[in-house]
Amino acid sequence: MIALRNVTKRFGGRVALDDVSLTVEPGATHVLLGSSGAGKSTILRLILGLLRPDGGEVRVEPTAPMGYVVQEGALYPHLPAARNVALPARAANWSAERQAARLDALAALVGLEPELMARYPHQLSGGQRQRVSLMRALMLDPPVLLLDEPLGALDPITRASLQTQLVRVFGELRKTVIVVTHDVREAFVLGSVITLLSQGRVVQQGTLADLAQRPADPFVSEFLRAQAPPPEMARELRL
Amino acid sequence: MTRRTTLAAVGSALLALLICAAAARAESPRIRVGSKSFTESYILGEIVAQIVDETGEARAERRLGLGGTGIVYGALASGDIDVYPEYTGTIAQAILKEPALTSVEAMRGRLGPRGFTLGVPLGFDNTYALAVRRDAAARLGLRAISDLARHPGLRAAFDAGFLERADGWPGLQRHYGLRFAEVRTMEHALTYPALVSGRVDVIDVFSTDGQLARLDLALLTDDRRFFPDYTAVLLARRSLAERFPRTWAALERRLGGRIDTATMARLNALADLERRSFAEAAATFLGRASADTARRPARELATLTLEHLWLVAVSTTVAVLLGLPLGILAARRRRLAQAELMGVGVIQTIPALALLSFMIPLFGIGQVPALVALSLYALLPIVRTTHAGISTLDPRLVEMTTVLGLRGWRRLAWVELPLASVTIMAGIKTSAVLTVGTATLAAFIGGGGYGTLIVTGLALNDVGTILAGAIPAAVMALVIHGLFEALDRVVVPRALRAAASAPG
Repeated sequence: MIALRNVTKRFGGRVALDDVSLTVEPGATHVLLGSSGAGKSTILRLILGLLRPDGGEVRVEPTAPMGYVVQEGALYPHLPAARNVALPARAANWSAERQAARLDALAALVGLEPELMARYPHQLSGGQRQRVSLMRALMLDPPVLLLDEPLGALDPITRASLQTQLVRVFGELRKTVIVVTHDVREAFVLGSVITLLSQGRVVQQGTLADLAQRPADPFVSEFLRAQAPPPEMARELRL
Repeated sequence: MTRRTTLAAVGSALLALLICAAAARAESPRIRVGSKSFTESYILGEIVAQIVDETGEARAERRLGLGGTGIVYGALASGDIDVYPEYTGTIAQAILKEPALTSVEAMRGRLGPRGFTLGVPLGFDNTYALAVRRDAAARLGLRAISDLARHPGLRAAFDAGFLERADGWPGLQRHYGLRFAEVRTMEHALTYPALVSGRVDVIDVFSTDGQLARLDLALLTDDRRFFPDYTAVLLARRSLAERFPRTWAALERRLGGRIDTATMARLNALADLERRSFAEAAATFLGRASADTARRPARELATLTLEHLWLVAVSTTVAVLLGLPLGILAARRRRLAQAELMGVGVIQTIPALALLSFMIPLFGIGQVPALVALSLYALLPIVRTTHAGISTLDPRLVEMTTVLGLRGWRRLAWVELPLASVTIMAGIKTSAVLTVGTATLAAFIGGGGYGTLIVTGLALNDVGTILAGAIPAAVMALVIHGLFEALDRVVVPRALRAAASAPG
């Protein structure tokens, strides 16, 4: 279980998180939704232990390992895809056979052709890079997966197809997943529970339907409406 | 060729070079003869060395051209050389610091407790003197320095050193009450043409300058005894006379009182003006054919190349072994970084020649102190680029190492060093190429290498000899630059090179 209780985090004079509490149940897919600067990424980095809270408490059980995927992947440019993916296993002293077997299984899971694994990151497309990054996050089969705008840098078509793929993968793996996004559609497709954040504070928690039908604050409706297609467009294009 | 085999090839080539260089410097015990880095000292050192070899009691090892008094006396004191030619005035003032001391006997008594001895004076006095054109001397009736006081309209040109030293112009002017219409500073070698062409009337000279033997000049006698005595003598470790009595006796017999001022000036002229080697000039004095002392430039260049390569290879290697950890440390600890980078920077502000001479009391002369100084000098670019390379890596990539469970050396070896390798290699390359240049200064403390030719050329004022050292050094710098470009292909990950050359 992952829980934040009344967490506060400041960077210099700027308050990044102000009295944030949230709980993520094991096996759930939880979406942190909000504009940039809302404090979503800070929550992930607190959970990962990369940051310490200034106030309140962050509880993560069990602590390690956790899978982490960021926007644009953060793959190491000097290593081919396969070596990027295998890095955590090498650090954990896995045998070469075990690494190779796991690599094949993951490539199949995310739908990457094995020959792509010999390429360097700059020789892969954006979508391929994100799938490699996801493979690396899954290498040690962690119970918790943290995704920070994983599809943020992709074109709309790649983005839509990867969203579908992520839903399938999450369904198969039954992991605790926390996804950070600013995209309402992505939150709708991926998430069961949504926490909407604004300027370091939790505005509302619940399903997307809860947010839409019982907004806790005018901001909630405003945020959802801003990303919905205009009704005329939906009509005209017969979406 | 795969990366591994390239690495092995480059490695074994380097190793082979180092072994060759090490073999080239293997030595057996001999009499080590030193000299300062000016023509007369070189020639006297050669004469001593040739007498040592002729006597046959020991073989002479030449460690000539060891900069100035500080370096060559330091070498004698540390036991790196056994004997070198010195002047009584210098011994009294610079070494014993008792300017009042004048007799050789008294100096020998003072030097004894320090473990040194003085030979019989060689027979000439290399002191400051004033020179005028012979026709002017006849016309104005100039014989002695005191005669100049009667001609305040004369123009003088003096070397910068002479103008400043207490035993130069300031003291001389007071002592004789001299006044000139004009006194200008001029590089010593240029004062002769200025005098001969009539642009000036009086110049300072050393009484054994080679030009004096050629040009029609008159030396004015120091009639009121102002200039201190600079009688040439051999300064030696006492152990030399004790261990090699026949050699010491031969030196005393064949040199004591045998070289008068005119003879020394003639020998200096042989080297300075006729472009003969120091060995030839020495052989001429000893009355020998110079066939066996003829220079073999090709072989000499090969030896100097190996010596130079050794200096560059060892000091760059040491600087890398020291600089990488220091740079990594600075990148890890921000507080320490400032102090550390400043410390390494301060070393760089010490003039290279000063740094080299600081090494003498600690390590004597020769390759060891040169290597220590060069290694310290090579440190800055490596420490700086390592620190900069690691501390400016993309923070998201560094943060990810923690998430992936990479810690300690794995984080360093698998991620940080490869990612920073382009920058770090640039620092090492800079350092190696700079060291090729700086290593030419090693010759001043007997470190060998191409600098040997440059120091000799400077003593002879011979551009050809200077270039004979400077051009191979420049070529070596280019070759080393090329080697490092090749090494980049081995050390820097392929993808980073591709990323550096392709946009995006």
